[in-house]
Amino acid sequence: MASNTKKAQQLDAKKALEVVEEQFQMLQILNEEGNVVNEAAMPELSDEQLQELMRRMVYTRILDQRSISLNRQGRLGFYAPTAGQEASQLASQFALEKEDFILPGYRDVPQMIWHGLPLYQAFLFSRGHFQGNQIPEGVNVISPQIIIGAQYIQAAGVALGMKKRSAKSVAITYTGDGGASQGDFYEGINFAGAFKAPAIFIVQNNRFAISTPVEKQSAAKTIAQKAVAAGIPGIQVDGMDPLAVYVAVREARERAVNGEGPTLIEAMTYRYGPHTMAGDDPTRYRTSDLDNEWEKKDPLVRFRKFLENKGIWNEGMENDVIEKAKEDIKEAIQKADQAPKQKVTDLMSIMYDEMPYNLKEQYEIYTAKESK
Amino acid sequence: MAQLTMIQAITDALKTELRNDPNVLVFGEDVGVNGGVFRATEGLQSEFGEDRVFDTPLAESGIGGLAIGLGLQGFRPVPEIQFFGFVFEVMDSIAGQLARMRFRSGGRYTAPVTIRSPFGGGVHTPEMHADSLEGLMAQTPGVKVVIPSTPYDAKGLLISAIRDNDPVIFLEHMKLYRSFRQEVPEGEYTIPLGKADVKREGTDLTIVTYGAMVQESLKAAEELEKEGHSVEVIDLRTISPLDIDTIIASVEKTGRAIVVQEAQKQAGIAANVVAEINDRAILSLEAPVLRVAAPDTVFPFSQAETVWLPNYKDVIETAKKVLTF
Repeated sequence: MASNTKKAQQLDAKKALEVVEEQFQMLQILNEEGNVVNEAAMPELSDEQLQELMRRMVYTRILDQRSISLNRQGRLGFYAPTAGQEASQLASQFALEKEDFILPGYRDVPQMIWHGLPLYQAFLFSRGHFQGNQIPEGVNVISPQIIIGAQYIQAAGVALGMKKRSAKSVAITYTGDGGASQGDFYEGINFAGAFKAPAIFIVQNNRFAISTPVEKQSAAKTIAQKAVAAGIPGIQVDGMDPLAVYVAVREARERAVNGEGPTLIEAMTYRYGPHTMAGDDPTRYRTSDLDNEWEKKDPLVRFRKFLENKGIWNEGMENDVIEKAKEDIKEAIQKADQAPKQKVTDLMSIMYDEMPYNLKEQYEIYTAKESK
Repeated sequence: MAQLTMIQAITDALKTELRNDPNVLVFGEDVGVNGGVFRATEGLQSEFGEDRVFDTPLAESGIGGLAIGLGLQGFRPVPEIQFFGFVFEVMDSIAGQLARMRFRSGGRYTAPVTIRSPFGGGVHTPEMHADSLEGLMAQTPGVKVVIPSTPYDAKGLLISAIRDNDPVIFLEHMKLYRSFRQEVPEGEYTIPLGKADVKREGTDLTIVTYGAMVQESLKAAEELEKEGHSVEVIDLRTISPLDIDTIIASVEKTGRAIVVQEAQKQAGIAANVVAEINDRAILSLEAPVLRVAAPDTVFPFSQAETVWLPNYKDVIETAKKVLTF
């Protein structure tokens, strides 16, 4: 009997899972009231850096509000709202260096902008103009991925390339809770782990893949624990807490450039708006109670309180950012309006290095059509 | 000059480009120590090191994504998909991502990737190894599709594919890997992509074909010659884009044509060639353009392979219909 019990203990697969799951506790530094609850984990950020991060979050909230209204006026096209996810998006980008390469999902346009993409190009992307995707030289991003998860395996490749070049940089990629169910998600983290490639994999767990709740995506208690299967570090952070997100990404980056391989980061967050502006109605799948619960965790509210308590933020500063954002948006829309009319012949010329015979013939036909 | 099999010529091409360009990387499942399941990468890892010739985890989509990412970092990746029947696992990386990189980025980024993969029937493989899936690739704007039929062509085309700034799917027919040897020059030479090869000149009938069907078509042409028919055989070598000028010039000369492919008949390369001939040379035709192709089933269980695969007798039968129309 005794030996059987011993055997049972050794073979307790359920216990092994529980032990693993217990390790994945959410990292939080700033609580909802803006108080530091984890002094030991505080990042080393100057007052100027803290103010800059706040400016970016306020600016991006305004950009989101204006983008939604421009979409409703028919002045923007495809748009995936970002409000609620500012800490996950912007604090993670804030932890990067210019040489780091971002492979975003379709909601991750703000990170691209703060990494150097001109705002008018973000608007052209939304409007379905190819010039929105022509990333300027020296801006290390690629246009947003539409196939959920595909960016994860490409990030492993970019990171392996950096390692082969002995570059002190990282590839960072973003997906959501739904994306963590894709085969490419597992292949991406597994490849990067096997090659010890300097990659950072972010999952912005905003609880809903369009309408499907995260509970229906997986039996896994956390997405962060999926890192265990790939043999890489994984961490769950409060995705409404800019300081927790920043620290997690900064540390992942340090490990990566030191040759210690990739990290998976699950940021617990929430999108206040619809999935996209193309007719999604969140009231079909979310309760207003849940919306209210998450709006109390708002990243701007808690960071504002934190900075005000430190005496380094005030209403005047906030208003300046709001005005600046509105001005920039106005200018960028005007610039986007000036983009040349998109032609099919333009698209033909970006298919190949050299046009094959069939496209050459079609180019002539469409040149005539489009000159009418 | 060395007499090489096609597989040796492919190894030679990879070696040539690994030497020529430090950005060339060769990777895939079992391509390292093992030298690939067909030995296409034999000796490459020991010569060029694990940094440039390496094994990947077993995941085709991951291999495709890795190639895209490495391409974004300025490398010239030459991944191997172990058998082309596994392409369904990597379809998004190819058709959804690689093929669109230049387009999607407005020309800012490119994907100078050459995906090598064995395919083709007649070697009694298990399911999902032998299928001719080049039609799926040729339907995808943004990729070029190359299928060599000889050792000499394989080397020159593979070097061109690797040097090409756009993604190339390079398909290697398994039956041709070791079926015959040919003189293959040492060092570098290229054969341009998109250029067909007139394997044999003739005046009565044009046979347009590629891959393993080139040998069957040449054999058929010899038999037909004995009966007094002068047959021209064109090896496409690149099936996307087609060498339309060579095809049309030949059809205008002979007035009659058939197209021979190993793949199933439905919606294939042959159908596209027939349509192009109809578009461009209908007034030169003395007879309808017919196709020789496999029946429209899934690639058969290996015991039925020999009947299912088109052969030179099928080519003769169809050629005679067109010659006597």
